[in-house]
Amino acid sequence: MKLELRGISKSFPGVLANRNVDLLVQPGEIHGLLGENGAGKTTLMNILYGLYQPDEGEVLLDDAQARFAGPGDAIKAGIGMVHQHFMLVPVFTVTENVMLGVESTRGPLLQLDRGAARARIVEISERHNLHVNPDALVEDLPVGVRQRVEIIKTLYRHSQVLILDEPTAVLTPQETEELFVIIRSLVAGGTSIIFITHKLNEVLEIADRITVLRRGEVVGTVTPADTTREALAAMMVGRPVQLTVDKSPSQPAAPVLELTGVTVRDDRGQLAVRDLDLTVHAGEIVAVAGVQGNGQTELAEALTGLRVIESGSILLKGQPIGSDPRSVYRARVGHVPEDRLEDGLVAGFNIAENMALNNYWQPPVGRGLRLYRDVMAEIAEERVREFDVRTPSVFNDVGNLSGGNQQKVIVAREFSRDLALLVAAQPTRGLDVGSIEYIHRRIVEKRDQGTAVLIISTELDEVVGLGDRIAVMYQGKIVGILTPEQATFERLGLLMGGAHPEEHTAEELAALAHEAAG
Amino acid sequence: MSAADQPTAAARSGQAPTTAPSDSAEAGVDKKPVTPAGGRPDRGGSMRRLLRGLLLPALALLSAFIVGGIVIIVSDEVVITTFGSDPIGALAHGLRVVFRAYGALLRGAIGDPGQLLDAIVALDDNALRRALNPISETILSSTPLMLTGLAVALAFRAGLFNIGAEGQLQIGALAAVLVGFSFTGLAWFIHLPLALLAGAIGGAAWGFIPGALKARTGAHEVITTIMLNFVAFRMVDYALRTPLYQRPGRTDQISKIVEPSATLPQLIEHPLLRAHWGIFVALAAAVVVSWLLFRSVKGFEFRAVGLNPHASRYAGMSIARTIVLSMVAAGALAGLAGATIVLGTTRTLTPGLGGGAGFDGIAIALLGRARPAGVVAAGLLIGGLRAGATPMQAATDIPIHLVVVMQALVIMFIAAPALVRAIYRIRAERQIGAEAFAKGWGA
Repeated sequence: MKLELRGISKSFPGVLANRNVDLLVQPGEIHGLLGENGAGKTTLMNILYGLYQPDEGEVLLDDAQARFAGPGDAIKAGIGMVHQHFMLVPVFTVTENVMLGVESTRGPLLQLDRGAARARIVEISERHNLHVNPDALVEDLPVGVRQRVEIIKTLYRHSQVLILDEPTAVLTPQETEELFVIIRSLVAGGTSIIFITHKLNEVLEIADRITVLRRGEVVGTVTPADTTREALAAMMVGRPVQLTVDKSPSQPAAPVLELTGVTVRDDRGQLAVRDLDLTVHAGEIVAVAGVQGNGQTELAEALTGLRVIESGSILLKGQPIGSDPRSVYRARVGHVPEDRLEDGLVAGFNIAENMALNNYWQPPVGRGLRLYRDVMAEIAEERVREFDVRTPSVFNDVGNLSGGNQQKVIVAREFSRDLALLVAAQPTRGLDVGSIEYIHRRIVEKRDQGTAVLIISTELDEVVGLGDRIAVMYQGKIVGILTPEQATFERLGLLMGGAHPEEHTAEELAALAHEAAG
Repeated sequence: MSAADQPTAAARSGQAPTTAPSDSAEAGVDKKPVTPAGGRPDRGGSMRRLLRGLLLPALALLSAFIVGGIVIIVSDEVVITTFGSDPIGALAHGLRVVFRAYGALLRGAIGDPGQLLDAIVALDDNALRRALNPISETILSSTPLMLTGLAVALAFRAGLFNIGAEGQLQIGALAAVLVGFSFTGLAWFIHLPLALLAGAIGGAAWGFIPGALKARTGAHEVITTIMLNFVAFRMVDYALRTPLYQRPGRTDQISKIVEPSATLPQLIEHPLLRAHWGIFVALAAAVVVSWLLFRSVKGFEFRAVGLNPHASRYAGMSIARTIVLSMVAAGALAGLAGATIVLGTTRTLTPGLGGGAGFDGIAIALLGRARPAGVVAAGLLIGGLRAGATPMQAATDIPIHLVVVMQALVIMFIAAPALVRAIYRIRAERQIGAEAFAKGWGA
């Protein structure tokens, strides 16, 4: 189906989210929609999906004007959306999830006709090689398969235009490749795809044409053949950006963090980290790669005193690390938690208060019972300047800042002292290219000051670009340690996906691990 | 609910505009300049913010008066009997009744300015005191309301819904009255503070229980505080039957009388002017709570834990300790409310003391948007309504319970800000204070 957006404008109180946006998606085209956070991608897609009404402009489907009062209308018109966060009922089967909302029934009592639905799901699954078992419970499925269930849901509703919102954020490189195969198969069947992303490699690989949004406006539409990563990044940000991390070779000194046989359980009592060994030296960055949910979160929590370890030992400069966050803080450990707004910041508190979150209890901010708010504000003013946090004042609610500026508040708070160890989980998740560049530079700066840095990230670009050594974590264990040169995406992907080393390159991996561990 | 339905629901419930720009609002912030070096931050917006903050409660109050007026009209006998034959006349009569009722309510709350003026001109001491009676009554009834309002507001700031101010008030009264009548021959400056302290400790103990239960076992404070209210009522019942408490020679449930050395003195010595020094206790408590919340290390922890316990834990705060501490402090405030009643107003303890001031504290904290100054204002307001209710009933035969209806309406309108906004067509603001408060039930 041909889809056209003409002159779409949409403003929210005080913000122009979309300004005169034109977008043309041809039948059977994969159209990449690229832009930083806050560029207006989501608003545009929500207009297309009927969630918002545009202030100006029109939506045309096959050259006929379309008006959507809500997603129901959009779905009927053949538009399907796979959200970044899946909308599935975990305890339902695939079939039940797919038929939810469009249940087919039979008989006078309107019993659910699972059989008919199941047959169609099998048919769709086979046509596009989706390999989804219609009888499996969604909660038992890996993330990549859940995403395919979402795709089946849209196809089941006869979608002809499929919007994929950051579909690769939760996937391993291999799963991403599989998704691309599926997308190509869908397009071959005449479906049009809008692929929303901020990842340059992916959009260059999969898209037929790429439209770049910046500050709500279309900067341009290009084809992958006539553009480069650098050119796209510059279009997104509005200035030339450096995509690789600029750093000198590391000069590792004495070991700072030594983990031996560390075992940690998660909230449900399952073993999340199993018998893990890892050493981080002063002046080096060790990047832990892995697919989300392989124990990285629990590892970071154990390191920062938030989670009790079951067995093993964590030594910081030869001493056992503290078992509560405050003693870990005192031992000069900085922590950038993986979820900014959940764990790193207090939304509702202003910037000054958030910057004092780790030191409000000690002089000069807190003395005895008294809190010196003027001192708090002064320190915050200084750090806002130093870390280039864009805000009208330090008294603004941190919840109103952009993601990049929120992360800068955390970085300013955690980096503004002499650190022995820095633990940063997903330090640039969901940030725009400019902020990523900035935060990476700060992390390298910390390393060069002699801090031992442990980065936990699911972004391969980040892991390879930032890490002096790359440790791959799979099911709670470090399954390989590589140098950035050894760490090709393919090799990392295999390790992250749990490929047994002996099946592939047993000797090679062992040699690499040995080499890199030194 | 399917994937497709979920966004629909969000959009239709009117949330779309508030959640939408989160993605794009950033661009706007980014464009603004950084604060100039060394310059004091711009506080010009604070007055506007204050007015915006007052807008919703004010409109809620206005709405409550309007709906209250409708209730008066439709329940008026003359209106009901004559509406069929003469609807215009009936409505006119109804409106007259409404204005008479609200006039009496107002006069009962703040007095008759004419009467006051006459008394001043005539230099008639007795007339002046009579004219001051309504204000005195308003102060009297708002004293415990401010304290229980603070008790609810403080706990709310720490993320807890303290429904137990009523029970904490009862236990506070039980402790304060015991100290009040037990010691004789003490100087007032020792006895009175001691009795007040006893009230605070009693309430604090009653607040400690749900706090500890929540911190230790995760038991929800709404459930435990409600249950502890009933326990407190029965404890008062029981205590008043024991020789320790029960007044000699009485068979009903009434305590011994508080010694003069432990009573809160009247502001002006006169039988018609019952207001006492308790109001200063309440105002001082508001100042202390304000300091605690916004100028102290503990208050920083209270507010951080209340807004985001996860991040607070990551920052090294003890969630459990904060929960217990905030409930203890809240209990102490409610206990003080009980103490001011038995030491100042009644000078004795009877069942049902305070007339539900603990529960009214919830409404007052809500109306005051969990800010100490707001709570003081809301306490005066609701106290005024309460004080004016009796004169209103005397003047118009409208039952005093209308005031309870209006108070309930105020809460309803504040708890449903979307409703007030829809009625008055105000743009949505960020969710703070009272709105988050009203939604706190689910947490």
